Amino acid sequence: MEKNVILSLKNVSKTFPVGKSLFGKPKKFVHAVNNVSFDVYEGETFSIVGESGCGKSTTGRLINHLLIPDSGEVWFQGKEISKISQNEMRPIRKNMQMIFQDPAGSLNPRMRVSELIEEPLLIHTNMNASEREKVVNKLLKIVGLSDKHASRYPHEFSGGQKQRIGIARALTVNPQLVIADEPISALDVSIQAQVLNLLHKLQEEYKLTYVFISHDLSVVEMISDRIAVMYLGFVVETAPKEMLYQSPKHPYTEALLSAVPIPDPTLHKERIILEGDIPSTINLPKGCPFAARCSKSKPECLEKRPDTHEVEPGHFVACHLY
Amino acid sequence: MPQEILLSVKDLRTDFYSSKTSFVTAIQDVSFDIYRGEILGLVGESGCGKSVTSLSIMQLLKDTPGKIANGSAVLDGVNLIGASDAVIRDIRGGKMSMIFQEPMSALNPAMRIDKQMIETICLHQDLSKEQALAHAAEMLKKVGIPDPSRILKNYPHQLSGGMSQRVMIAMALSNDPKLLIADEPTTALDVTIQAQILDLMKKLQKEANSSILLITHDLGVVAEMCTRVIVMYAGKIVEMAPVEKLFANPSHPYTQGLIASVPKLGSGVKVLPSIPGSVPDLASMPSGCRFAPRCKYATDQCRTQEPQLVEIAKDQKCRCWLTQGE
Repeated sequence: MEKNVILSLKNVSKTFPVGKSLFGKPKKFVHAVNNVSFDVYEGETFSIVGESGCGKSTTGRLINHLLIPDSGEVWFQGKEISKISQNEMRPIRKNMQMIFQDPAGSLNPRMRVSELIEEPLLIHTNMNASEREKVVNKLLKIVGLSDKHASRYPHEFSGGQKQRIGIARALTVNPQLVIADEPISALDVSIQAQVLNLLHKLQEEYKLTYVFISHDLSVVEMISDRIAVMYLGFVVETAPKEMLYQSPKHPYTEALLSAVPIPDPTLHKERIILEGDIPSTINLPKGCPFAARCSKSKPECLEKRPDTHEVEPGHFVACHLY
Repeated sequence: MPQEILLSVKDLRTDFYSSKTSFVTAIQDVSFDIYRGEILGLVGESGCGKSVTSLSIMQLLKDTPGKIANGSAVLDGVNLIGASDAVIRDIRGGKMSMIFQEPMSALNPAMRIDKQMIETICLHQDLSKEQALAHAAEMLKKVGIPDPSRILKNYPHQLSGGMSQRVMIAMALSNDPKLLIADEPTTALDVTIQAQILDLMKKLQKEANSSILLITHDLGVVAEMCTRVIVMYAGKIVEMAPVEKLFANPSHPYTQGLIASVPKLGSGVKVLPSIPGSVPDLASMPSGCRFAPRCKYATDQCRTQEPQLVEIAKDQKCRCWLTQGE
């Protein structure tokens, strides 16, 4: 079956200036996202994983036009959107919504739930008040709340419920693509499972495409179809879920997977303990970004950035070992 | 082999006052022992009282609305609750020390690392400043900091998260504590750094045969580190068991739900079993069992009468009517 590409990033890079010299010119740059390319297919969950500072959230924002890339292209539904104006972007946003990490911080505390959820309808549709109310009540039910919640304010809800409101808000305009940036990491374990199950249910019902950004590899394994692993702003490995978890190729992916604590005391696995810290993104290493911490690094790794190779169908790795 | 008890906590109850007369009870009926040389896990979700338990033991509620209403915590024959400031100051940082979740906010930002470490060391050991500095460097080396003399001259903001957590650990261990209370020590860290820190804590604990009270919400960390586990829910202990038993055979429905709702690497499931509802508000606790409103096994008895924490098997205690019959 031919799969339709809904979103495509081509060699996208983004830097942020830090510090200023005497005449106001930025002295240094943080290289947040470097040469990132991937395709996302319709109806799948594509996850971006990595540790803090690896550029996964920046990538999410670049997709959503909240940030403009320095170079490279972002294609969404057959249209290059990285260089268009905010006005041109607005109708496109209807098809591309976002769920944020901190449900408390992303909901306006002075707006009632009904106002919060209907806001996208005001912007993107011409519905009248009663039509909007209908949509709001329907959405509240879908995300597991009830219409009696509509007149309340965000502070009256628990974290899990707030995240449900955030999800309802993202779904009001029937988007095709939902970018979820760490949607469950601020929640408690028992609530995480509830919200994950809700996201899964919604995907099946509405044929949503998710770009799921997370640092939690166990969660990512559950929800994803394909995964990109990021390190220091580079995508080091992209693969379908089974391939990535069963035969990780990049040494960083291996170490990352091995570092996840498993809730099973009878299991005593041999861990790969990485040495040292993540290098600074201001002065990127000349060679492979992971070379300094890699146990398999060769002299070549310190000198030359590895290209991305397809090691098996659909499995891409940027490493000199392959 | 009978194990030697290091810390014994009995009937601990802590209230938080919102005004002079109105208060909520954050933890109640908390009783447990920590044995010498073990890592005891304390798990539960946010608001279940795990941090309040540790702060109550450490006597760190002085300038908060929190007040210990009842109970005792005996460390090596000294009851910490109600002990004088001088006694506590002598024990805290010496026999018993603590690592916090946020290494960045637990270190003094305006003080160089060497000064902070020397201060702790000199407070508890009879050493000169030079000796204390040498000891500090030695401790930093122990926790895997490659260049101690440079790090000692740094301020906390110059360190990464993993690095400052190492400094915290070095500082906490610098006076050979018998008991280390670690409150979510790796929650703010990335997985690869978490693996480093956990590995380190386990190694140092074994070397010194000290005890750790490890507070966490991450069951993966518990499975990896602990010998025994306490599960708390809504301010009370609901289950206590050796780690293998707890994971193989959880008795309390909350523990069962908690373990089931954690995605396991490699399990291949798409939909997780989840616990419906959310944690009750401290100000309006349900009567009867506190978990009853979310429990699929709840009976009328559960909704009206509160169960006690009783021994249901060797080394295993549970607070649930189902496991104890009438």
